[in-house]
Amino acid sequence: MQEVLTAGLMVGGALFMLVAALGVLRMPDLFLRLSASTKASSFGSGLILLAAAAHFADTGVTSRAVATIVFLLLTTPIAAHMLGRAGYFVGVKLSDRTVIDELAYQYDLRTHRLASRNPATTTVETDSVSPES
Amino acid sequence: MTTFLLNILLAVSWIALTGAFTPTNLVIGFVLGYSVLAMTQRLMAPSGYFTKVPRVISFALFFLWKLARASVRVALTVLSPRLNIRPAVVAVPLDVRSNGAISLLANLITLTPGTLYLDVSADRRVMYIHTIHVDDPDEFRRAIKDGFERRVKEMLE
Repeated sequence: MQEVLTAGLMVGGALFMLVAALGVLRMPDLFLRLSASTKASSFGSGLILLAAAAHFADTGVTSRAVATIVFLLLTTPIAAHMLGRAGYFVGVKLSDRTVIDELAYQYDLRTHRLASRNPATTTVETDSVSPES
Repeated sequence: MTTFLLNILLAVSWIALTGAFTPTNLVIGFVLGYSVLAMTQRLMAPSGYFTKVPRVISFALFFLWKLARASVRVALTVLSPRLNIRPAVVAVPLDVRSNGAISLLANLITLTPGTLYLDVSADRRVMYIHTIHVDDPDEFRRAIKDGFERRVKEMLE
């Protein structure tokens, strides 16, 4: 029973990592690759850590596995967010299949302020961005 | 917060009295302490603890459910022969204001496969999110606001 659980968790984790790798290969731009890879791979390593906890069934190992998962869940999104943000503002092109880009022209390259002009909100800021900046 | 510390104290005394220091026993002690505190709630200073704990637990379950569903969907997208994507950067207006709530919301959005938090505007009114597949941006905005944002707000503000 325990072995079945361990094996299931390990295979599941490995599958998620495989999907993440395929995502990096197939997705057309930086942001989609980030989306496909970081989350799936942190989920995959989480499952493999759970497999380790299930295999040893020991308080010390389990608590360390859980702590590692918590830290992975806390840190990977921040890394992905920083990479995505830096990529966008440095000017990495979005894939040509992108349907909407509501962040376009909102960022002022001189003052590094990000405006919130947006059709969905009623607040319109006039002091922000020149479209060609 | 005090109630939380009292709850931990009760759990520790349960462990001391039963003499078995195991994680299972800690959980049992915590649950027992929680129910005792809930029953004697009227005798003590009012605290939001008893509405918050169920909220945090239901939020954790809700998030795990969302995470599993989104993971499977992204996996299917990556594996499908014709890459079925409609990527977009969507601006989502924010109701939460505090630093903690915005960070938590951003972290949750990035953790969910398929969505990537890019930045929040300087005046903190709008959050920009990159998503793999969007049919209707208003629908996406509504999903974020009714799902994650409402629950984060209930939990923290």
